[in-house]
Amino acid sequence: MTTFATLDLKPRPGAAPLRRMVLAQAGAEIRATLRNGEQLLLTLIIPVLLLAGFSAAPLVDLGDGPRVDFVAPGILALAVMSTAFTGQAIATGFERRYGVLKRLGATPLSRSGLLLAKTVAVVAVEALQVAVIVAVALALGWSPHGELLWAVPLLLLGTAAFSGLGLLMAGTLRAEATLAGANLVYLVLLGLGGVLFPLDRFPAGVQRVLELLPISALTSGLRAVLSGGGLPGGALLVLLCWAVAALALAARTFRWE
Amino acid sequence: MPGVDDTLDSTGGGQDDGVPAVLIDGLVKRYGSTTAVAGLTLTCARGAVTAILGPNGAGKTSTIEICEGFRRPDGGTVRVLGMDPADPRLRPRLGIMPQTGGVPPAARAGEWLRTVSRFYAHPLDPDALLGLLGLAGHARTPYRRLSGGQQQRLSLAAAVIGRPELVFLDEPTAGLDPQARHACWDLVTALRAAGVSVVLTTHQMDEAEKLSDHVVVVDHGTVVASGTPQSLTGAERQLRFRARPGLDLEELLAALPPGSAAKESPSGHYIIEGQVGPQLLATVTAWCAADGVTTEDLRIERRTLEDVFLELTGRELR
Repeated sequence: MTTFATLDLKPRPGAAPLRRMVLAQAGAEIRATLRNGEQLLLTLIIPVLLLAGFSAAPLVDLGDGPRVDFVAPGILALAVMSTAFTGQAIATGFERRYGVLKRLGATPLSRSGLLLAKTVAVVAVEALQVAVIVAVALALGWSPHGELLWAVPLLLLGTAAFSGLGLLMAGTLRAEATLAGANLVYLVLLGLGGVLFPLDRFPAGVQRVLELLPISALTSGLRAVLSGGGLPGGALLVLLCWAVAALALAARTFRWE
Repeated sequence: MPGVDDTLDSTGGGQDDGVPAVLIDGLVKRYGSTTAVAGLTLTCARGAVTAILGPNGAGKTSTIEICEGFRRPDGGTVRVLGMDPADPRLRPRLGIMPQTGGVPPAARAGEWLRTVSRFYAHPLDPDALLGLLGLAGHARTPYRRLSGGQQQRLSLAAAVIGRPELVFLDEPTAGLDPQARHACWDLVTALRAAGVSVVLTTHQMDEAEKLSDHVVVVDHGTVVASGTPQSLTGAERQLRFRARPGLDLEELLAALPPGSAAKESPSGHYIIEGQVGPQLLATVTAWCAADGVTTEDLRIERRTLEDVFLELTGRELR
């Protein structure tokens, strides 16, 4: 027979400091991402394969200069989209379906604390992706130059925009619909967002519309700052609009169970 | 941020401040045209174990989820430890075991419990708790690979790990094997001894009878009876036996002292109520002998909680 006499069950309630709660939850989410085979395929393996493949082989006419200079910024944008949007949407959608979000609501971790933890986890995984992609790109002969730190606000605004879109999907659709939809959107934006295929190959009218996609703005912005261009104001503005709109809509429509 | 701990600590150290654990008055909850809870009123005392009994669909889970802050009532008042259930300051003071799920399927049992423990200022040691609940060997097992009973025990562990003042357990032993059920009962008993208030729902009458200080029977969204298990089952004793169906009870009653009652429920099971003593026993056995009736399982006992429950809520399936 089990005995619980060794446990001090006398009530001693109290919430942990917010920082400890957020780090604990973020750690759990990072572990979940890194252990999930499909997630790793999406966040690391596919981007690295695309980077190596499109840099090495003349699959697309990318104009003058080393192909990796064109491909690497696009792959960085793809990495942000895969983690902040696709991965987060699918994971959160299933957490909602399995009652995980509801169950967490019964703990001292507040909803804002949970979102903060998700953001920390997304940014941590992105940092890992950026490190791996940059290392592979440099090995392939990439030579970024210019105000490289301008890439940081672009990456963060891109993360905010894609997180908003991912949470919008996860909070409103069924988990299976989110799974299918998030993968479909990933593929479509990969094809139409200037990641591997330059947007100027499209008719001028189509190109102007495609430039307003968040993935196009992130890709073109990164391409500009990593090749010595100035601050890409247009790209930052497009990302800001997507971030504000998507996060506001997600906050209004998100259903926790 | 040690200051945060201190402030939250001072809001409740588990002392009995005269406020009931749960106070529900005229609670109403509707889902569309269905009324799940229809003016339910009950009080759960501090430091006691309260069992909420009722058939499926009686409104138990709706009531408990409103207390947990998951749902908002459509009418009436609910106070949990004297506070609005939606008040976030209540979260650290409550331990909650939902009926199912709530754990990511891929999360390892030990890691998940440790994560939850880090939301609290003074948690129990997750490894010690896993050990006592027989899960030490499964700390690295993903949740989805645990058996149903193991999943229930992990959920129970998460409900108590933050050293709460009040624990809500929604059907904690549903689907458990006997060992796990006894472990759960032991934990509830230990919680009560430590001064923790417990509110649980159950279908199992023996569980309610064994564990609880107070039983509330709920049906169709209202309380149909409440009291201690003893007060509900009453002091009256019954004579019960099994025999072939269709005995002539009118004839038997005529032989019994006035004020006795006899019924066959279900078929072939007989219950005699009244002045149950040696005289009545002798009369019944003599009457059976005269009719050539063989009795089985002849016994004198108190009414069980199950009898009371079925009387109050009916026998029909729903």
